[in-house]
Parts: sequence; C-alpha cells; structure tokens
Amino acid sequence: MGAEKKRDPSSALSSASSRAPSISERDWEAHTLKPALEKSPERSSSFTTVSGHPICKLYTPADLIGWDPGRDLGQPGEPPYTRGIHATMYRARLWTMRQFAGFGTAEDTNRRFRYLLSQGQTGLSVAFDLPTLMGYDSDHALSEGEVGKCGVAISSLADMETLFDQIPLGEVTTSMTINSPAAPIWAMYLAVAEKQGVDWKKLSGTLQNDILKEYIAQKEYIYPPEPSLRLVTDTIEFGARNTPKFNPISISGYHIREAGSTAIQELAFTLRDGIEYVEHCLQRGLLIDDFAPRLSFFFNAHNDFFEEIAKYRAARRLWYRVMRDRFGAKNPRSWALRFHTQTAGCSLTAQQPYNNVVRTALQAMAAVLGGTQSLHTNSLDEAWALPTEAAATIALRTQQILAYETGVTNTADPLGGSYFVEKLTDEIGDGACEYIAKIDALGGMVSAIEHGYPQREIADASYRYQIEVDRKEKVIVGVNEYLTEEKPIEILQINESVARRQSGRLRDLRSQRSNAEVDRRLTSLRKAAEGRENLMPFLFEAVKAYATLGEICDALRAAFGAYEEAAIT
Amino acid sequence: MHDKKIRVLIAKPGLDGHDRGAKVIARALRDAGMEVIYTGLRQTPEMIASAALQEDVDVIGLSILSGAHNTLCPRLMELLRTKGMDDVTVLIGGIIPEADIPALKQAGIAEVFLPGTTTQAIVDFIRQRIAKAARSET
Repeated sequence: MGAEKKRDPSSALSSASSRAPSISERDWEAHTLKPALEKSPERSSSFTTVSGHPICKLYTPADLIGWDPGRDLGQPGEPPYTRGIHATMYRARLWTMRQFAGFGTAEDTNRRFRYLLSQGQTGLSVAFDLPTLMGYDSDHALSEGEVGKCGVAISSLADMETLFDQIPLGEVTTSMTINSPAAPIWAMYLAVAEKQGVDWKKLSGTLQNDILKEYIAQKEYIYPPEPSLRLVTDTIEFGARNTPKFNPISISGYHIREAGSTAIQELAFTLRDGIEYVEHCLQRGLLIDDFAPRLSFFFNAHNDFFEEIAKYRAARRLWYRVMRDRFGAKNPRSWALRFHTQTAGCSLTAQQPYNNVVRTALQAMAAVLGGTQSLHTNSLDEAWALPTEAAATIALRTQQILAYETGVTNTADPLGGSYFVEKLTDEIGDGACEYIAKIDALGGMVSAIEHGYPQREIADASYRYQIEVDRKEKVIVGVNEYLTEEKPIEILQINESVARRQSGRLRDLRSQRSNAEVDRRLTSLRKAAEGRENLMPFLFEAVKAYATLGEICDALRAAFGAYEEAAIT
Repeated sequence: MHDKKIRVLIAKPGLDGHDRGAKVIARALRDAGMEVIYTGLRQTPEMIASAALQEDVDVIGLSILSGAHNTLCPRLMELLRTKGMDDVTVLIGGIIPEADIPALKQAGIAEVFLPGTTTQAIVDFIRQRIAKAARSET
C-alpha cells in the first residue's frame, strides 16, 4: 500500500501497535463486547474507509495518548488551524457557494452565470471546454467534436468579454479552472477588468493554474514541467505585485482523487505540489510571506464522511507546519491553508441518478464540517452529461439547505475532540507525511513525476478499488446492489452549431483585428519565452491585440516544446 | 476455443485526459489473460486505426468522457472499413448519454459500457464475442 500504514483493527479494541487497552476497556471487552459478538458477530472481518484505511470498532481516550490539544488542535483561527482558519468560522460568514459552470459559447455560459447569480450563488466558477484547456482555438482540427462540450469555448479576449458581459468583475469573485493556458486566460480576465474600469487591486478570485497535478492525474498539459513551472511562477510573482486579492493558484487534490487515489495520497501529493511551487518562487527570489498568503487549495469531498473531515483538518495542520518549519514563514496568513471543495464527480452513478442528490449532500456536509472556504456541489445528472439548469439548481439548493437548515454552521469545528476524528486526523496526517518524505527522497515532485511514482501509486489504488467494487466488498447502491429498472432522465445536449458559431466568430476576429500588431506581439512573446523575463506583461499585450489563445499557446510551444508522457497502465 | 491470446487495443481518442477508466480496463483485461496495448492519450481516429492494423488486434476499446463520441466513433468506424478491418470489435466506455447509443451501434460499435459496469462484464463480453467470431470462421 505504498507509504500507507496498516494496523490490525481486529486484534484489539483499537490499534494494537500504538497502545494497550485500559483496564475499563478490558472489562468492557470481556463483559459486554465478547458476549455481544458471540450473539451477533460483526458483518465483516475488517472495516475500512473508501480508501482502504482500517477503522477500529471503538475509539476512546486511550487512542489520544500523546495527543496534545494545545499543540495538535488549538483554537479556531489560530495555529495549527486544525479547527479552522477563522475564529468565527461560519457564524460570521458562510462559505462561498461557487458552482462550476460552462458550456457552449460565451453567450450560453454568460446566461447560466447570470441565472446562478440571480438564484443566490455567491461566486462564479468557469468551466472551459477541452480545446481551451489544451490551448487550441475552436477551429483547430483537433477541436472537432469537442467545442463547448465540457465547458465554455474561449478562443480570444472577444469571447472573454462576452462571457462576463453585464457581470461587474469588481463585485463578484471568479474562479477559473484552467491550467496549462492559465497565464493567457488570466491575462484576458485582467483585460476585461481593465475595460470595465475595475482596479486590479480590487479583483478577487482564483486561477487553478496547478500544472503538477496535470502530469500526475488529469493530464491536461501542453509544455514540459520546467517551462510550465516557470509560467506558474510568473503568475504568482505578477499577482503578488498587481492583484493582492487574487489567488494565482489553487493547488488541487481534487483531480488526483478523481483519478482514483486514496485520501492520504490526495492530501500528500497536493501538499507536496504546494511545496514544489513554493520552492520555485523562492528560487525566483520572492520572499515567502510576500506570496504564500495567496496560495489556495482545492480538495475532493468523497463518500467516506469521517475520512474526508479528517483529511481537511490534517491538511491545515500539516500546511501550517510546512510553512512555519520548512519555509520559515512568519505571517500567520502564510500559515493558514484556505481551500475550495468539490463533491466527488467519480462517486456519481449513472444508475438511479436521483441517489446522487443524497450522495452530494452528505459529501458537502463533510466539506462544511471540515471547514471549507468555498464549495461546489455536483448535479445529479453528471454521470450522463453536463448538468441541466434544473439539476444545477438542486445542487445549489443542497448547499443552501446545509447552510440555513441543518445547524452544522452554528459552531466551529463541531467534531473537534471526537476520539475517532482526532485519531483519524493524526493517521491521515502521518500517512501524508510519509509520502511527502518519500517524494523529497526522490528529489521533489517533478522528479517523482518523471519516475512515474505518483501516477503508479494512484493507478494501483484505483485498480484495487475497482476490484473491491466488482467483488461487492464495497457496496455502491444502485450499481452493485439494489438494482432497479429505470427510465432515462432528461439531459443537456450541446449541439454542433456551437462549433460553427465559434468558427464564424474566429473568422470575423481575424479579419477585423490588426494582424500585423498580433504578429509583433506574438514575436515578442516568443522571444521573451526564450529568455527569463516574467511573461505576464507580454501575454497581456498579446491578448489585448486579440491574438487568439491558440496563437499564443503556439508561440509558447515554439519556445518550450510539448510534453508527452510515458503511459503507465 | 481460441488458442491464441485475445489482442486488445485500449485507446483514448480526443483531447480528454481522464484516463482512470482506460487504465483500469487495460489492467483488468491483462489480468484476464488478454494481450493489451494502451495507446496513451490524445489519439486521433487515424492514429487508432493504424495502431489497430499494426498490432493486429481483435478488439478496440475506446474511452471517451468528453462528449466527443458522436464525432470520433463514426470516423474511426469509417477508417476501419476502408482498411478492411470490419471484423475488429469496437467497444466504448465513458460518459455516453443513452440517447446516443442507437446511433453509435448503427455506426458499428459493438457495445457501449456505461459507468458502473464491472470489469468482469467487459471481459465476458469480449470472450463471448471472440469465441463466436472464431466459430463462424470455421
């Protein structure tokens, strides 16, 4: 199991290796537990989380010997931030309800954005289509069949202007899920803000911009790791100087988990990616406390309720220790790990899709009990297609019910002090530390990726899980148990007219702009890419001349080359 | 019965990089005793058809989660026909709306496996299909 430790939960009440049972527990085992087990044996010889982490039959104070609440728990808003990064948590301000949306053309998505904002959504989150994510224009040969399918098609500043039409960028916060072409897309966003007359210093939002997890899990990379990391460092440096309220990166475990990792792997690889970015910024000459406060994170909310809560709590505590001890950060804002959560897309079932509403609600509750800063809840139909407006509305309502009806927001870290949750938080943190040490020993994350190490660990975990599901060792309701005959549900269809409309727009753009100006900007961008300057100002000038995303990414391809992975199966 | 190993090409067409399903299937088919070749990411239908020809496969398994199946699958089937490879069994797995399935089968796709399919069901389907093809040859 890689660096994950197994303990034997069956041999004793709790972890046999970490402690002996107390006298009262021994009494309980002998007088109460033993006869109960004789009468009704346990349902399984072992109980594990969805990640395969062993869980004991009971947790007691004896599990927390060595656990120091002053050191390991603290208070909300104080180190080590196990209980949350704000003193008031959700009593002062709820999390941001940020539904990821994007499909078709910029007009289509602009309409969905304005609808979601009118329904009480508090932040925007842009999903881009695959050509955009891969740095191709909508009319590129490889874009055929993909335009507007997984998200919105954005090929130039003109599309970006349409996407945010009538949406005041000084008043909303916008998250953009884009990685390899993150820098040019962000330049387009900054250009729209400038056209709207919004001061960049007031802009708030998040660029995903996490290229390492692309090599590890999601595979939407264009360039090799080193020039990609240079682009990331350029955006962080540019942001530290020009956009003090904008998160230039969202270091993401979400996709690692979706690729089939365990919770411990998700946590470990994400934090180790964070360490890699910090090291690159320090090598650039940035001071830790000048950029670390704007690093943000993004985690998955999977099915195993307590494992997820423990993961978020462990994440905050570990990052605090990394920032303070490994990097010597002094600013408390550098220590506090802020994160977005999305419920697990891979947990959604195509069968009995209405069950997904329940799964998503429980996953979202784990995220809230784990202290998330913003949340996306998936829609019930996403194992079939992008969500319909009706399905997306239920997903948003789920968050509103959590926020206003369940009472889970009334106190900070409601599960703090639970023997089980604290023990599990420790174990997940320890498991992640072992992985981080292993990656350090491999020479860092880029080197580990080149060795295929995280990719192989994830592939192994994902195959193990599939076998457990196939053998019904893990039950999925409606899939391997409790099956019924069903009728198809209504789903969102994206037709091919989107691609035609986009191609038409691009043709118009290329005939209306100054192509000489575009060529000049692209040439200076390529030259800068061959040197060492920060590329953000060059990208900004290129997008303002209406150079297309494909043209910009091609200029960078010419300077950086393209990446091909050695596939691991 | 078949005395040689069943040869399968697992392919990821289109721009999508979500390869969890493709990798799990590749490993499951290999564990079931088949010879599996995985193309890696971002293969055009042309690249998949030539790889299938070169590797002399019995089965092509496509994994598509991006919604591009209606464009990519008919093109691949057309290419296989022009190369005289009509006898290759082509399967798809991924995020495929039910409404699209009849047209995909019409285009020659042997089966569409939706999320939640067990790896055993896919292994069984391939074995039965290849055994049937072998019987009809003799």
